[in-house]
Amino acid sequence: MSLTTAHSVVAPSSNAKLIAGTIIIAYALISIVPLLWIFATSFKTPPDSIAYPPKIVFQPSIEGYCNLFTTRTRQTPEYINALGPPTGFCDETVRKRNMVIAGPSNFLPRFVNSLIIAFGSTFCAVFLGTLSAYGFSRFKVPLADDLLFFILSTRFMPPIAVAIPIYLMYRELGLSDTALGMILLYTAVNVSLAVWLLKGFIDEIPREYEEAAMIDGYTRLQAFWRTVLPQATTGIAATAIFCLIFAWNEYAFAALLTSGTAQTAPPFIPTIIGEGGQDWPAVAAGTTIFLVPILVFTILLRKQLLRGITFGAVRK
Amino acid sequence: MAEIRVQNLRKAFGAFVAVQDSNFVVEDGEFFVMLGPSGCGKTTTLRMIAGLELPTGGKILLGGEDVTMRRARERDIAFVFQLFALYPHMNVRKNIGFPLLAQGMPAAEIRSRVEETAKLLRIDHLLNKSVSGLAGGDRQRVALGRAIVRRPKCFLMDEPLGTLDTEFRDLMVHELRELHNRIHATTVYVTHDQMEAMSMADKIAVMNHGVIEQFGTPREIYDRPATMFVADFIGSPPMNFLKFGGGLARGAKEIVVQGAKVAVPEVREDIAPADMALGIRPEHIRFDDGSKLRGAIYGTEYLGTTQIVAVETADGIIKARVPAGIPLNPGEQVGLALSSARLSLFEKGSGRAVRTVMHDQAAEARHG
Repeated sequence: MSLTTAHSVVAPSSNAKLIAGTIIIAYALISIVPLLWIFATSFKTPPDSIAYPPKIVFQPSIEGYCNLFTTRTRQTPEYINALGPPTGFCDETVRKRNMVIAGPSNFLPRFVNSLIIAFGSTFCAVFLGTLSAYGFSRFKVPLADDLLFFILSTRFMPPIAVAIPIYLMYRELGLSDTALGMILLYTAVNVSLAVWLLKGFIDEIPREYEEAAMIDGYTRLQAFWRTVLPQATTGIAATAIFCLIFAWNEYAFAALLTSGTAQTAPPFIPTIIGEGGQDWPAVAAGTTIFLVPILVFTILLRKQLLRGITFGAVRK
Repeated sequence: MAEIRVQNLRKAFGAFVAVQDSNFVVEDGEFFVMLGPSGCGKTTTLRMIAGLELPTGGKILLGGEDVTMRRARERDIAFVFQLFALYPHMNVRKNIGFPLLAQGMPAAEIRSRVEETAKLLRIDHLLNKSVSGLAGGDRQRVALGRAIVRRPKCFLMDEPLGTLDTEFRDLMVHELRELHNRIHATTVYVTHDQMEAMSMADKIAVMNHGVIEQFGTPREIYDRPATMFVADFIGSPPMNFLKFGGGLARGAKEIVVQGAKVAVPEVREDIAPADMALGIRPEHIRFDDGSKLRGAIYGTEYLGTTQIVAVETADGIIKARVPAGIPLNPGEQVGLALSSARLSLFEKGSGRAVRTVMHDQAAEARHG
């Protein structure tokens, strides 16, 4: 055994730690710049957002958020002066640009669509995935290897490669532009990932737990519910985050299959650009709000996620 | 509590036969040990009694009831696993109470039963602790607690001491036996460790390749091994074998081994000429210069009160257990005298023990 290999298994030296730490911090900073830029832009006024050179220090404004949640019409100053006093901060900001609020924008319903579709499909994929993974893990399923390979094979090409057949099928079935259709689609895409990930986790849970519970008077389903599930929470949480991130960020299918009532936020946000000039603060505000659910979900489950991702590398 | 009756039990996994036509009866309140090397089918037999595996053939009767095809939860048995299978997401109290919860017992009653059980096992101070922080012995006690809290028909234990340190294991062997003496629960205990088996069992079944080689008390198995496998598996060091040829006639009292005449227990059956083996426990060998059976001392192993002496004979090395005080030098020629009344004879081909007066005496003692 060479000296370097022997060295690498002992605790890293302080120098190595310093270098590793520097690289990680540098990478983190580079990664976070676009996010910070979006976040900053969402609080700029439209002129500030396209100023050159770019403004690092600026007067914050929530105009972007006002524009995101409302539709506005341009009016003459006389008309605006004839109105009563502004009803709120947004009203006041908008009037300064010779506009009046005409009504709420579609952002909120689109955002709610995203929530319903992403969380709904994540729930379905994880639910089906857990049950199938348990089945594959514990029972002698005929052709189990072939079936698992078949499940995996649905991910051999990018899902969007089958966009046209799915578009035609959805039109025939009346699933176009429905939340149900999108939930089914994202579930179908995610379920193979869920089965494979969860099978790994469930394989690691000794059968003795269920066997003990079944001997102690529980049915298999009860044993699964009371002994396997509590120990699989880490895997379930990690799988759920992966599924949620996919469903939440998915753009191509959403753009193709949803246009109205079931439209999700990703295809909606770019449409803001077209309305009354390039309103970058509103786009940035939409993006910022769009990031929040994933951020919250990930922070809530971060412990499980960390253990889930390093799973297999670290033994209990 | 109940007796367990296993009839022609058989289990095959595809072409591999794990258990072949097993027959045995565990009497009510008995501590029964299934002993054998790994892969001999002992755990499979236990899992069939538990209902975790379904047999390919045969019957299992629990307290006279045929439970062969019944689900595990309908059999009213308790199982202690090798790795204990304590639920890591529950504390000690919940782990022990888990089987009672399944029966829909009221919370107050579960509480008192769990506390009573914990006192019996001296773990009442641990009830609110998490199971993940417990030491090996305490985990073992919690696993036992979960088994006895329900007062089932019988206990099944699959190498429950396998993962403990040697020191703890001796302690738990005593605790287990003591517990059994107090509650007299029919127990089936699986192990590959002959010391555990010999020190705890009322009855032992020695298994090999899916077959029960011998079923009997620890004394019977040690003194009158039914096969060469049993003779070799039990005892440390195991039984010595010296080969001899020729047949045996009913009434024979002497055989010739390496040119030396050796008195043996009176043979009670006729054996056609074949390769035979004389089985001698190490403690049944004495050094006697008058003996014609000779060998050279090869090495010694000092154990304090006794020493194990390896002697090289014309038929390979045999080991003798002699008092520690005898001075011995490697290379020294010694004569070996054997305790004739305690010798066993085997047919080498089948490994089966030849019936001798020892067996008849034992049978008479049992029935008389």
